Amino acid sequence: MRTDFPLFPDRASTMATHVDALFFYLLTVSAFFSVLIAFLVVYFAIRYRRRSEEFVPPRIEGSLTLEIVWTVIPLGIALSFFFWGARIFVSMNQPPRDALQVYIVGKQWMWKVQHADGQKEINELHVPVNRPVQLTMTSEDVIHDFFIPAFRMKRDVVPGRYETAWFEATRAGRYHIFCAQYCGTNHSRMVGWVSVLEPREYQSWLAGGAASESLASAGARLFAQHACNTCHRPDSLARGPNLEGLYGRLVRLSNGQTLIADEAYIRESILNPSAKIVAGYQPIMPTFQGLIGEEGILQLTAYIKSLGKPSAGGPEMLPPTSQSPLGGAVPPPGAPTPGGASPQKGAPVR
Amino acid sequence: MSAAEYLPPVEPEEPRDNYLNVAYGVRSWLLTRDHKRIALLYLASVTFFFFIGGLFALLIRLELLTPAGDMVQAETYNKFFTIHGIVMVFFFLIPSIPAVLGNFLIPMMIGAKDLAFPRLNLLSWYIYMLGGLFTIWAIVHGGVDTGWTFYTPYSTLSSNSHVIPAALGIFITGFSSILTGLNFIVSIHKMRAPGLTWFRLPLFVWALYATSLIFVLGTPVIAITILMVAVERTLHVGFFDPALGGDPVLFQHLFWFYSHPAVYIMILPAMGVISEIVPTFSRKHPFGYRFIAYASVAIAVLGFLVWGHHMFVSGQSVYAGLVFSVLSFLVAIPSAIKVFNWTATMHGGSISWKAPMLYAMGFIGLFTVGGLTGLFLASLGVDVHVHDTYFVIAHFHYIMVGGAVMGYLGGIHYWWPKISGKLYPEVLARFAAIIVFIGFNLTFFPQFILGYLGMPRRYHSYPEEFQVLNVFSTAGASILGVGYLLPLVYLAWSMRYGRNSGANPWGATGLEWKTTSPPPPENFEVTPVVDEEPYSYSAPGEVRVVG
Repeated sequence: MRTDFPLFPDRASTMATHVDALFFYLLTVSAFFSVLIAFLVVYFAIRYRRRSEEFVPPRIEGSLTLEIVWTVIPLGIALSFFFWGARIFVSMNQPPRDALQVYIVGKQWMWKVQHADGQKEINELHVPVNRPVQLTMTSEDVIHDFFIPAFRMKRDVVPGRYETAWFEATRAGRYHIFCAQYCGTNHSRMVGWVSVLEPREYQSWLAGGAASESLASAGARLFAQHACNTCHRPDSLARGPNLEGLYGRLVRLSNGQTLIADEAYIRESILNPSAKIVAGYQPIMPTFQGLIGEEGILQLTAYIKSLGKPSAGGPEMLPPTSQSPLGGAVPPPGAPTPGGASPQKGAPVR
Repeated sequence: MSAAEYLPPVEPEEPRDNYLNVAYGVRSWLLTRDHKRIALLYLASVTFFFFIGGLFALLIRLELLTPAGDMVQAETYNKFFTIHGIVMVFFFLIPSIPAVLGNFLIPMMIGAKDLAFPRLNLLSWYIYMLGGLFTIWAIVHGGVDTGWTFYTPYSTLSSNSHVIPAALGIFITGFSSILTGLNFIVSIHKMRAPGLTWFRLPLFVWALYATSLIFVLGTPVIAITILMVAVERTLHVGFFDPALGGDPVLFQHLFWFYSHPAVYIMILPAMGVISEIVPTFSRKHPFGYRFIAYASVAIAVLGFLVWGHHMFVSGQSVYAGLVFSVLSFLVAIPSAIKVFNWTATMHGGSISWKAPMLYAMGFIGLFTVGGLTGLFLASLGVDVHVHDTYFVIAHFHYIMVGGAVMGYLGGIHYWWPKISGKLYPEVLARFAAIIVFIGFNLTFFPQFILGYLGMPRRYHSYPEEFQVLNVFSTAGASILGVGYLLPLVYLAWSMRYGRNSGANPWGATGLEWKTTSPPPPENFEVTPVVDEEPYSYSAPGEVRVVG
């Protein structure tokens, strides 16, 4: 049995610092009230212990002032917890725009990791230090949960959905990955390690990896293999919408609705094509459910993302407009993010 | 009012005709319509289920003594914690105080002969036992491994254990809760003694009234949700499974819409017990009677609006998270009001350190810790880290075991003289209360640290740096187990060998203490008429005002 056991977790991400600060505030307030109540109960029990069976103490009438005091003060403290916690939570849900993209598929009972450059890992995740990393995650079977205690990061991984989370590691090292949502027999074996590397080590890891092709080129291969290009083609023979420049654009559907083409839309269109029909097209596409797994879908999505601008705007596509209430297109990676005084989406709490 | 009245009479004569000796034989129990006998049927059954649930808790703790997961297979371990959760939540905690103490006391506290629907009351016990049989069947035939939360799509898609019998057991037992709640609501509205206005009711009755509202309004939701799981599992109708076009997170919404209010089903009655014990053993009117009463109702109402705090990391929208977070902080306020008022009640009292009071003081301390750690979980940013870790386990065991079970044991001791007509052995009972308090803290306090370190729930094996804290926890659990066995032994002993208690050994107020112990079958020989405030320990002239 190890006796050098820790009492506090590693703190290895930008978010961990913020979470711990709020944790210590909560701990201080809780310790104060616990000790206060425990002290009063014990003190009263001793000070007013029954000395005589005959004695009946005088009645003490309740006090409205006291009731208001011990309603309003806890309420004020509770609201301070709420606002602080909410601030951290909002920034946890706003990944920085220049984040490195990593794709994770959970299945009973392993984590399959794919990097944009094509490196694949199982139950291991290699990331560079001091660089935001965004995880896009889904599950092939039941609900899992990707949890890295040292980063104070946790997110359910839900089948049929893409969940995203992000972190920025601040210390090189190896830290636990746990599955935190009960997922069956070997739930407690669905664990792994995240390795945070110095930039140079990370580069050599990338170079040394056995990646034969990038995620997008794997997707291109799948695209050809399933003959998707028979219908999805830029020329006049196309029976399906042109996919060039699709990602992040506004799509008009046959029922008059519009949406932004994101990962979830592309995934749904592959698995359940008749759910959303693009205006001007017939629902002729068969489902690829069972033919293409979650990893394949991620590769196809990466390929579609990599397709350039459409040669000529098809009738189904609308150019992204700045008036769009849903916001414009996603800028290319590495685009300068607007600074200045305006509330900057995606900025971590500092 | 002369103080000598409060002296317990020495070895009084037992009344000739009471609810226990009025009839003998199995039929007289199984066909009884007397709420007191039905309460004892429930007492025997929930005690049975408590020790079943406790046995599985012990097996869990034994497995976690070592990090390797080397005592039983992972699949077996998963069944252990599932059975522990299902049995403790649905077959012990939810029925415990309402069906045992509530059944026994509510008619007496309101000065009535029985509940409004005595046959329905007996039926609810049979329904409870039928549901229990399904669950026992599932356990005996190999168990169920979904966790007590039955999260989809695991429960509908993957699990090959006995999900349907276990789910049916819970479905059926739900009807017993609904009937009990209905019976209490109607009785409290329609059968109060002359002069017993709402604000003359004991706080225990207020708490049980609020609980009954949740029973009636919330239980149907879990019933239909569980049924949907069974339908999806057998007929493959897609409610929750995305492969069938369903939404797995929808299940979580429906499940927690009942199961969070169910937490208040478990703790509100215990709060009611504490609100009786503290005034009795302090010999004082409860400080802020109306605030405690209103707080019970506020908890019942607000409790319906906070279910989404179980889903902060499930992918529900950020805005939903913000709303559920702020509402969760609001529901903490009425609980805080109660804690402050109980503490203030002790101020200036004449405090007796009898066993029920020790349980009550333990309750106040442990419930405070449990409630405050709930604030950690309501804080979005911190919840993301501690969600689904041992921090959550520690938190809800401080509420459920430190709160609800301490309240239940305190209540059983407090009303034992009324139930049995006998005194329990006081020294042994105080010793057991202290053992329970120590064992409990040793078991669950280390789990807060484990949780913040990141140890996830429902882990059969775990990294070895977590072992020392787990060893503390297992050691504590063995102490706790002894603390729970002691009352079982000495209370049973006292049924036969205990000293007669007399009608009112504690000098307590309240109508239940005005009748003999054990009470006659019809509770009161004459319908009592209430002409005074509740908890009037001191004469009206002796009022002191503070603040």
